[in-house]
Order: sequence, then C-alpha cells, then structure tokens
Amino acid sequence: FAGLADVSISEDIPVEGEITVPVGSRSPDEDYSTLDEPVRDTIMRDLKAVGKKFVHVMYPKKSSALLRDWDLWGPLVLCVSLALMLQGGSADSKEDGGPQFAEVFVIIWFGAVVITLNSKLLGGTISFFQSLCVLGYCVLPLTVAMLVCRLVLLAGSGTVSFIVRLIVVIAMFGWSTLASTAFLADSQPPNRKALVVYPIFLFYFVISWMILTFTPQ
Amino acid sequence: MATVDDLKFQEFDDAANLLAANPDATTISIDEPTEIPKNQHGRLQEPGREEDDELLGTDDSDKTELLAGQKKSAPFWTFEYYQTFFDVDTYQVLDRIKGAVFPVPGRNFVRLYIRSNPDLYGPFWICATLVFAIAVSGNLSNFFIHLGKPTYHYVPEFRKVSIAATTIYAYAWLVPLALWGFLMWRNSKVMNIVSYSFLEIVCVYGYSLFVYIPTAILWIIPQKVVRWVLVMFSLCLSGSVLVMTFWPAVRDDNRRIALATVGTIVLLHALLSVGCLAYFFDAPELDFPAPIIPAHNGTTLITK
Repeated sequence: FAGLADVSISEDIPVEGEITVPVGSRSPDEDYSTLDEPVRDTIMRDLKAVGKKFVHVMYPKKSSALLRDWDLWGPLVLCVSLALMLQGGSADSKEDGGPQFAEVFVIIWFGAVVITLNSKLLGGTISFFQSLCVLGYCVLPLTVAMLVCRLVLLAGSGTVSFIVRLIVVIAMFGWSTLASTAFLADSQPPNRKALVVYPIFLFYFVISWMILTFTPQ
Repeated sequence: MATVDDLKFQEFDDAANLLAANPDATTISIDEPTEIPKNQHGRLQEPGREEDDELLGTDDSDKTELLAGQKKSAPFWTFEYYQTFFDVDTYQVLDRIKGAVFPVPGRNFVRLYIRSNPDLYGPFWICATLVFAIAVSGNLSNFFIHLGKPTYHYVPEFRKVSIAATTIYAYAWLVPLALWGFLMWRNSKVMNIVSYSFLEIVCVYGYSLFVYIPTAILWIIPQKVVRWVLVMFSLCLSGSVLVMTFWPAVRDDNRRIALATVGTIVLLHALLSVGCLAYFFDAPELDFPAPIIPAHNGTTLITK
C-alpha cells in the first residue's frame, strides 16, 4: 500500500458528493408539518397551551400570551362544564326552573360575541377571536365558584351555606371581571374604557347570578 | 408680503360665526373633527336660541341634517358605517343619561344632547341592564315576600328573563319605528318644523328608559304604596323627556292629532312600567298571618 501514500487530488478532478449539515435536516418544512409526530405530542401541546392560559387567568399579569395565541378550547370546556353543573336544579317545576343547558351556552357565547362587537365598534384594536378567547377563559373563576357552591350545597342549604356561597361568588365575580379587564382594557381608546368595561361587568354579573341562585331539588 | 390684516389674530367668535353661517365648510381642528363644530354650535346657540329653535327650527334641523349627512358616508355593508353609531365617549354617554334622568323643562333632549350624533350604545346597553334589573329584582322581591312560608320553594324563574328581554327590546325598537313612520306620514301632510331621524327617536327612547333601572331595583320593597309612588315618579320623569322631545314635532299639526300622539306615547310608556310591575313582581301580601278555615272534611285550608 505504499503507492497510496502520495495520492493527492488534483484540481481538475471534480469532487462530488453531498454535504449535509446536521441542523438542516430539520428544515422549516418539517417544523410546520406535524403529521409525523405521535398523537400524544399533538394533544399534549394543545393541552399545555390551554393549561398555560388557565394559569394566566388565575394570576393575571399583563402578558400577551393569552392574546397572541388564542384558542377556544378552554372557553368551550369551561362553558360546557358550567352548563352541566347548572343542571339538576329545581327540575320539578319545568316552567320556572333554572337555566337550561342551551340557555347557559347561548348566554355565554352570545354575550361574549356581543361584548366583542361592542368593543370593536367603540374603536378597540383587539381582534374578534382574541377577545372571545379572553372572555371565555376568564369564566374560569366562576366555574370554580360553581364547583364550590355545589360542594357546599351537598353539605346543607341553610343560611350559613348561603352566606358562604354569596362570599365565594362575589369574590370570583370580582376576580373574573378584574382579570378580563386587565387583558382587554389596553386595547381600547382611553376615553372609552368605562364604556367597554361596563358590559363585561354585566356579563359576569349575569353568570354569577345564575350560579348564586342555583338551588338543588 | 402679508398685510397687517392677514397677520391679525382671528378671533374665536369670527371663526364660530363663519361656521354657523356655513356649516359644511371644511374645518381643520387639532381635536376630534366632529367635536369642535358641534360644541361651537352649542355654545353659540345656548343663550337666546331656545325661542328661535321653536320658531325657526328649519335652520337648525337643516344644519343638523347636513352635519349628519357629512358623518355617515360609509356604505351600509361596511363595518365603519356601524362604527359611526358608536362614536361616543364616556362623558357623552354620562351626560345623556343625566339629561334623561333630570329633564329640564323647555330643553329638548335631542337638540341638547344628541346633536346629530345619535348613538346606539346607550339604548342597547340600557335596555340590557333594564332586562336583567327587572328579572333579578323580581326574583329577589318574590323571594323576600314568600320567605317564611313553609310551602314556598325558591325557583330562579329563568324563563322570565327571555320574556323581559323580548318585551323591552320590542318596546325600545318597534315603538320608535312606529312613531317615526307616523311622524314621517304627518310630515308629508303638514310641514312640521322639527323632524327627527329614526336613530334619534331610538336614542331618546333608550335613554328615557334609564330611569326605570333604579325604579326596578327599588321595587324590591314589598309595599304597594311605595311601588305605585315609584311608578308615578318614574313615569313623570321619563315621560316628560319624551313629551318635551315630541311636542315640538307635532305641535303644528291638527290639535287633536297632536294631543292624541303625545297621549299615546305616554300611555305606552305607562303600560310598559305597570306591565313589568304586575308580571315580574308578585303582589306583596299583608302582614298578619293567614286565617285558618276548617273545611267540611276536617282538613284545614290556609287561605291567602
């Protein structure tokens, strides 16, 4: 093999081959196409996004994560669970009972749409779905209040339980309103802020009223 | 070379007078363009204008229609068109509410507060608040009235919310529509000096309903006398706003038609408040305990 020692590549021999950079294998194409990943990854990514937004609602800081990547999964889950928990009350008198499932659904979604339209008509700069997302996620404290109310009602339905429920609902109503105002108020023209905040206040007040007046059979 | 006259400071009055004489001249202002012309109009016209308003209302209504025509220029299928109906600031809405709750005799609500900028924010959200105020207060008042009774089981009465919503929104939109149509029809027969656009009528009706919100909350008090006093009081306040608005519009017409129109307006308003009181609020019962009457077969009946 001595003859190979002085083998050298002359310049006129074309050098062929592939130069592959390891980083380039994850080209932008593959980042957008998530078809090949396991289903668990897909679901966990969305769940983590929803969970992160729940945390943002419970500790409202002025972050734009809620606004930037809006999704409506969280509001849907909250709305369905709230409507389900409001069932099963005073069902003996069909006429004058509590709100039906469809009524709760319609109130929450129609109310959120109307408030979003209102803020856009008043000159707000937030987009339609971002506003729906924020309003829907801020129903979380009230859903927690509903859960607490149902648990308290299991224990009894006297005056003490009513006072406990009243305090919990008022606290959560304040939390919801403050959280959604913290996210939405910045996108409004400065001399119309009160005009935009009042319908949000009314919206959460109606939901709180539905929660507070829930009486089991 | 500019003359001394050109360099002279233009007095504020001059500019305002020029504007009053020629309302659709282009104005350049640093502030919101639609605010300053109207305010100048207002400040000029306040002192002696009210009598002139009644007599020479043509000018005023012409000007307001011109100003109105300037604003709503976007076609009706765009979003911007509807944004012109929400072009109000917080203080403007509060001013309009104040004007509806404390009507000053002789001051026309539309001329004074709306000023060719009718908004839909006030009527819509006042009606929404009123719907929920009536439903919630009715529910609360029934709860307190029937509190001690052993047979009473509290129900939230959620059906009533949809009934309240239908009634109040129908009143706030269909009655202005009918009134506007009627006024247009009379306008074609008798040249009235004051005419209102449909949105201005909706605005007046919407803001006049604001008085019923505290009234509905005070209706929780389970005393018949208190409730009827409240009905009378709120009817006077909001009815006077409506009467003072619409009397100049029908005054020149046939006397009986004018009185019939104003009478119908007040009557419908009264029907709304009495109807709400009767439907949503149970009659407060008397304080003494109900007498027990023994029936034939030995069971006791408790009468109301």
